[in-house]
Amino acid sequence: MDEKKFNVVNKRLTKTDSLALACGEPVFCDDVDIKGMLYGKIMFSPHPHALIKNIDVSDALKVKGVKTVVTYKDIKRIPHTTAGQGYPEPSPYDTYMLDKKVRYVGDRVCAVAAETPEQCDEAISKIKIGWEILPAVFDPFEAMKGEVIIHDEADSKNIPDPKHNIASKTDDLVMIKNTEPYAEADFVVEKTYKIPYLQHCAIEPHTTITYFDSYKRLVIRSSTQVPFHVRRIVAQTLDIPVKMIRVIKPRIGGGFGSKQEILLEDICSFLTLKTGRPVKMEYSRKDVFVSSRTRHPSVVTIKSGVKKDGTITDLSMDVVLNTGAYGSHALTVLMCSGSHTLPMYRVKNYLKFSGRSVYTNLPVSGAYRGYGATQAFFALEAQMDIMAEKIGMDPVEFRKKNYIKMGETSPVFKVMGEGREGVDQSILSTGLFEAIDRGLKEIRWYEKKEKYKKLNERSAIKYGLGMAAMMQGSGIAEIDMGSATIKMNEDGSFNLLIGATDIGTGSDTILAQIAAETLGVELSDIIVYSSDTDLTPFDVGAYASSTTFVSGGAVKKTAEKVRDIIIDDASKILNEPADKLRLENKYVVSESGKKVSFKEIANTSLYYHDQHQIIASASHYGRTSPPPFAAHFVELALNTRTGVINIINYVACVDCGTAINPTLAEGQNDGAVVNGISHSLSEGFEISSNGTVLNSSFRRYRIFSSKDIPNLKTILIPSYEPTGPYGAKSVSEIGINGPLPAISNALYDAAGIRLVESPFTPDKVLKAIEEKSKV
Amino acid sequence: MKKMTVGKEKSIDISFNINGNDMTVSVKPSESLIDMIRRLGYKGTKKGCDTGDCGSCALILDGKAVVSCLMPAFYADGKKITTIEGIGSILNPHPIQKAFVDAGAVQCGFCIPGMIISTKFLLDRFPTPDEKTIKHHLDGNLCRCTGYVKQIEAVRLASNRLKNTNRE
Repeated sequence: MDEKKFNVVNKRLTKTDSLALACGEPVFCDDVDIKGMLYGKIMFSPHPHALIKNIDVSDALKVKGVKTVVTYKDIKRIPHTTAGQGYPEPSPYDTYMLDKKVRYVGDRVCAVAAETPEQCDEAISKIKIGWEILPAVFDPFEAMKGEVIIHDEADSKNIPDPKHNIASKTDDLVMIKNTEPYAEADFVVEKTYKIPYLQHCAIEPHTTITYFDSYKRLVIRSSTQVPFHVRRIVAQTLDIPVKMIRVIKPRIGGGFGSKQEILLEDICSFLTLKTGRPVKMEYSRKDVFVSSRTRHPSVVTIKSGVKKDGTITDLSMDVVLNTGAYGSHALTVLMCSGSHTLPMYRVKNYLKFSGRSVYTNLPVSGAYRGYGATQAFFALEAQMDIMAEKIGMDPVEFRKKNYIKMGETSPVFKVMGEGREGVDQSILSTGLFEAIDRGLKEIRWYEKKEKYKKLNERSAIKYGLGMAAMMQGSGIAEIDMGSATIKMNEDGSFNLLIGATDIGTGSDTILAQIAAETLGVELSDIIVYSSDTDLTPFDVGAYASSTTFVSGGAVKKTAEKVRDIIIDDASKILNEPADKLRLENKYVVSESGKKVSFKEIANTSLYYHDQHQIIASASHYGRTSPPPFAAHFVELALNTRTGVINIINYVACVDCGTAINPTLAEGQNDGAVVNGISHSLSEGFEISSNGTVLNSSFRRYRIFSSKDIPNLKTILIPSYEPTGPYGAKSVSEIGINGPLPAISNALYDAAGIRLVESPFTPDKVLKAIEEKSKV
Repeated sequence: MKKMTVGKEKSIDISFNINGNDMTVSVKPSESLIDMIRRLGYKGTKKGCDTGDCGSCALILDGKAVVSCLMPAFYADGKKITTIEGIGSILNPHPIQKAFVDAGAVQCGFCIPGMIISTKFLLDRFPTPDEKTIKHHLDGNLCRCTGYVKQIEAVRLASNRLKNTNRE
């Protein structure tokens, strides 16, 4: 282990953009005023499944200020996916910028550009459409019967089975088979777990502004997690060359996956192309709920076998995801529900995964922090508790006996990738044992278990403790790539240009810390500029927990190259061999004690001798995807009279390798955990019988606010990942996967009720209590 | 409130003081306060929901924190408005802004101006709030990034620091 003392990395340094943000500087997408800007709005479908028989926009065009109305008749029909993934995208090409058919309430019908938003609304109200209403299907199991076909168009591509509405499927993927399944098991448990539609609720709604620059190139300023994918997919859907497009990512007001998607960029660009004018489009909060993306609602069934000695003999996981009207991320979320969870525990005889993502006439699912692992860990970690109880073993001991240890591998890594085969890997760093141990102590697990056992006997308030253990990945192995450029300035400062996309995570800061550490300078000597397709090198963007690990790897390599150039130049200035030189506090120092400042080296290179810019670029992709690990512990009180759950304490211990910035790493985990608790207790779409989302506002879809949060403690458990930059692994997603199973387990501990469908609302709790009392 | 007349242009002239500057502006009766504020270039006030639920558009109107998306612009006539830009700036940040930065409470930062406005309103009235009071007062400001943990710390830090300064 080359663990060492760091100077900049692993320090609680101030996030570089935070003061500007706290002072309200105009840094977000919508914070610019562009002269002559039009407003664009989309008319959304009121029907879940219908054909446009005729559409008359003549009255709309007569509205004062309206510049254009575009319908499916005006566009070139190009099948594509809105999923902002690497090329070729593993999602089916089942989407058209505008189509003759609408497939859910909230689907695009047509778009309007006008001088004011009010004129857009008026124009939309004057569009006359003759609809042919088609039968709709809202349940994935009904949809698989194929009585209603949602994608019957001939030109869509890569839909595995459109006649049964299947957007992606994995038939029985058997990864271990040593004996007849379940033959050796003393107990076999089969259970099904469900989650509803969940929305990301980034506080900044999706916003895009498009305009032509002075050379008639199209500029797209957008709240996106994936600027380079936006450039490519807009070029594809508008059939214009990549070289004619520049995508600029300003500061982003949160993404969580909902902005890993081309939602406004294509249509807004089209309106600019059509009118020649700058156009701004923004989603209202309702639009964000209904017409952006959501977490795939899931039905996960696990059948597992366990022996009395605590050996897990068999495990089969079947996942059915509702992908809604389009198959954005349909295959990869499905695969990650297995690949990010099944390696967690050793299985002796039989391990199988199967699943489907199914089209319905409901809102579109997509990427959401956790990415399939959230759905599957709810099932797996609840199932672990059930198995432990069957054999009379402590659930913590049961996990400790079975989880994947240092140096071990799992057949899952090789078999299950994202849209293709995975990559074989062994665990080279893990802090899971320490995470569990530390969490047990922090929450006072055994002591409280004892205490509550007695207390619960004579009280309507039942106290309970629950835990869950998790893993995730760090980028997509052998697919995700990031790159960086670093150049040196006269004063010995450096510009760091990165494609990596800071969406509020603090990645600009931690990448600058990695550069500063390597170059031996302070954080303030690194000037970061990120995510502008004209100015920064390529990066896949902010998703798959990749930025620290993948883009961080690129920054470290780049800084090392620059360091080598600096040393080379210094060697000439000092007349000393390069291998006798080292960087120290903005000087290059020789073993004999001679030294030259960065300032002098930079000035020599720029002005005096053999003039050249000290600059380098490098790229990095992960050959593996080392998992971070986490152990979550929750203590709650359940009022058995009202069904109300009060979370008292929540302890989340996470091993993310070296935390490049511990404050930011804690912040990532705090946010993920609270999002997960909010999922567990409060969130889910209510949908009417015609597929309309009824609670598309913050008032009706309640996310946690400050007064809802429990006493929450994030504890970083250090480990050192040898393949990561300065030992780092990912941290952003893993925290969201714990609350659902941990709280489900704690409810069982408190009152003997097993809730398998989120959110755990008082009505569900009371129903479970009632059912239990009947038994 | 004084009587107002809608003029020929279907707009009303209103006068107010914003961040110390007196201003007269023509507004439509339907224009919301947030839309007017942003139109005038005060982009620090954010629109997150437009239904009064997220608190990103909070500002201080005659000493009280209000959500500006639910308020008609003409309601500001004759009043004193303080936006996030009026609280402090990069070169001269308010201790509350500095505390949010130092506590690591700023992630994406979109909710932060509203959060800081609520904190200012809180600390102006209760200089040393306990945790329950802090949580209660930030309740109207939604944040999806931080889980509120470090924001509550930031308010506590700001409260401590403000005790030792005389800044408004």
